[in-house]
Amino acid sequence: MNISSQYEGKRSGALPLLDVEDLVTTFPTRRGLVRAVDGMSFALREGEKLGIVGESGSGKTVTLLSILRLVPHPGRIAGGDVLFRGQDLVHKPRGEMRKIRGKEIAMIFQDPLTTLNPVFTVGEQIRESMRIHNIVPSPDGWLSRLWRRGKRSAEHERVMRVMRDVGIPSPVTRARNYPHQFSGGMQQRAITAIALSCEPRLLLADEPTTALDVTIQAQIMDLLNKINREHGTSIILVTHNLGLVAEFCDTIIVMYAGWMMEKGSVDEVIEAPKHPYTQGLLRCLPRISEKQEKIYPISGLVPDLAQLPRGCPFSPRCDQARPACREDRGIPLTELDGGRLVRCHLYGR
Amino acid sequence: METSAYAKTPVDRLTYSWRVRLRLMRRNFTYFLTKLRRRPLALMGGIVVLAYLLAAIFAPYLTAHDPTAGNLRQRLLPPAWEEGGEAAYPLGTDDQGRDILTRIIFGARISLAVGLLSVGISVAAGTALGALAGYWRGLLDDVLSRFADLLLAFPFLIFAIGVMAFLGPGFLNLIAALTFKGWVEFFRLVRGEMMAEKTKEYVDAAKVVGQSHPSIIVAEILPNIIQSVFVLGTLRMGYMIIMEASLSFLGLGIQPPTPVWGSMVAAGRDYLLTAWWASTLPGIAILILVLSINVFGEGLRDILDPRLRIE
Repeated sequence: MNISSQYEGKRSGALPLLDVEDLVTTFPTRRGLVRAVDGMSFALREGEKLGIVGESGSGKTVTLLSILRLVPHPGRIAGGDVLFRGQDLVHKPRGEMRKIRGKEIAMIFQDPLTTLNPVFTVGEQIRESMRIHNIVPSPDGWLSRLWRRGKRSAEHERVMRVMRDVGIPSPVTRARNYPHQFSGGMQQRAITAIALSCEPRLLLADEPTTALDVTIQAQIMDLLNKINREHGTSIILVTHNLGLVAEFCDTIIVMYAGWMMEKGSVDEVIEAPKHPYTQGLLRCLPRISEKQEKIYPISGLVPDLAQLPRGCPFSPRCDQARPACREDRGIPLTELDGGRLVRCHLYGR
Repeated sequence: METSAYAKTPVDRLTYSWRVRLRLMRRNFTYFLTKLRRRPLALMGGIVVLAYLLAAIFAPYLTAHDPTAGNLRQRLLPPAWEEGGEAAYPLGTDDQGRDILTRIIFGARISLAVGLLSVGISVAAGTALGALAGYWRGLLDDVLSRFADLLLAFPFLIFAIGVMAFLGPGFLNLIAALTFKGWVEFFRLVRGEMMAEKTKEYVDAAKVVGQSHPSIIVAEILPNIIQSVFVLGTLRMGYMIIMEASLSFLGLGIQPPTPVWGSMVAAGRDYLLTAWWASTLPGIAILILVLSINVFGEGLRDILDPRLRIE
């Protein structure tokens, strides 16, 4: 049933780190049920970097929140499976789920300043997630436990190490600063430090560079690369910046209106996009290498998720749409050569 | 090892040592004072409140007279500056020959105790319930909010009179009557702030690292809103003191012979034409204290939490 996971399994010969199968997340609204994520399937190997690209409202962030089971009320996961190292996250008891959040799967957000709590020092906030997961065990004996002397210095050492890892200079003093005393790039590093404090296996990055200027953006991406290289942490990068994904990721998923439109290795998708939407996205990008006279925007607007067109959600904007595209919703994910997946009538039988 | 900006601080702390924190607190306090100095009215209010507090604490050492035992031969003596006044009774005596200054000083004890206690309990109850209701919403919020609306529909004084008539007079009953309605304001403030803070990203971030809900409420959100609660608490103090005086004036609060400003005003009322001081001076004591608290509270609000200025 699920082509992608079978394929990944064959290649790596082992259980994938994260296996999402046919994930559907819905939000009841006044105008009907909105399927924010509709049939998302992918598998992620250890150490793999996956990029999810799409316009605003295409369901990228909801996908990440569904993996952590933190879909905001009243949304809920309506179907599908999320398997993390073989454990079913969708049906896990809440307490167990809390033990996975932060410790096994961490997440970093878009706006670093609002993500940090303004009333605590950065060091305290990095330590907090270590405390929650009891990374540094309490010493024996009730008196020393009360005083927590050894624990405190062990925790401190670890905070310093994490801060150094993410490239915050002079961590001893910086740990005692409040978030507003940090610059934007440093705040994003602090967020990353919090995410890394428990050495997670998987890092979900929700547009980590959108709020930063370009030079800082490059630094943060270098940092994520370094984490991936040195700790073997798998990363899912969610962004609307196709260029960033092209540079950073191994695999790419293109989303549109909750649908997974195309999936494949970055090189293949960027070089030879199959889905008309991906082709359109790439035509919007100015390229230095080629002489290009004009940038072609995709005409039209993102559809209202509560009132999707009858057929393929992209069909009203698609320049290759056929009559069948506008009528038939049952478009299967088609596997092309090299394990690429496309959800489009053009590639069906 | 890297050197810290504060060399004396042990290097294994993520916050400064108490010594440095004390220094930082002192610096913050100095900063606060500089800001307060730019608001002379608020500064004056603060000084007056402090004076009242000190007077209440050291009351027995400040006067030579007994606040409850009178001397009927010295009844209704005018203040010292009036004709016939005596220096031993600087503000005169009441209808039972008790020194009014002594009774005002001792009365400050009751007023301040009632103010602090009723506001303290209201803050504790209102904050706890408001935090729960604002965070969880749902049925709990509906029930508590409707109950709060119900209480708000009653005028405070009439409500307190009713409760006191039901419970009977006394110090603890007075506190109970005042807190029974007093928590509502704090409930509404904390509930609103909670609902606003709850949507901020740092709460999502706390969930993402696996923090539990109780821990998020207490350790993440409350530190962000406690400042506005503090400011509102200061402002409500004056109101609670007025309520206590009003109830005592009506004979429903604290009973004679305990020196209370409200009942002093009530007792002196019969002699208003012949001995104006017996009820006017305790009244002025109330006026000055409440005015000072309010002015100080407003200054505090402007300095600490400018958001609350829109009422």
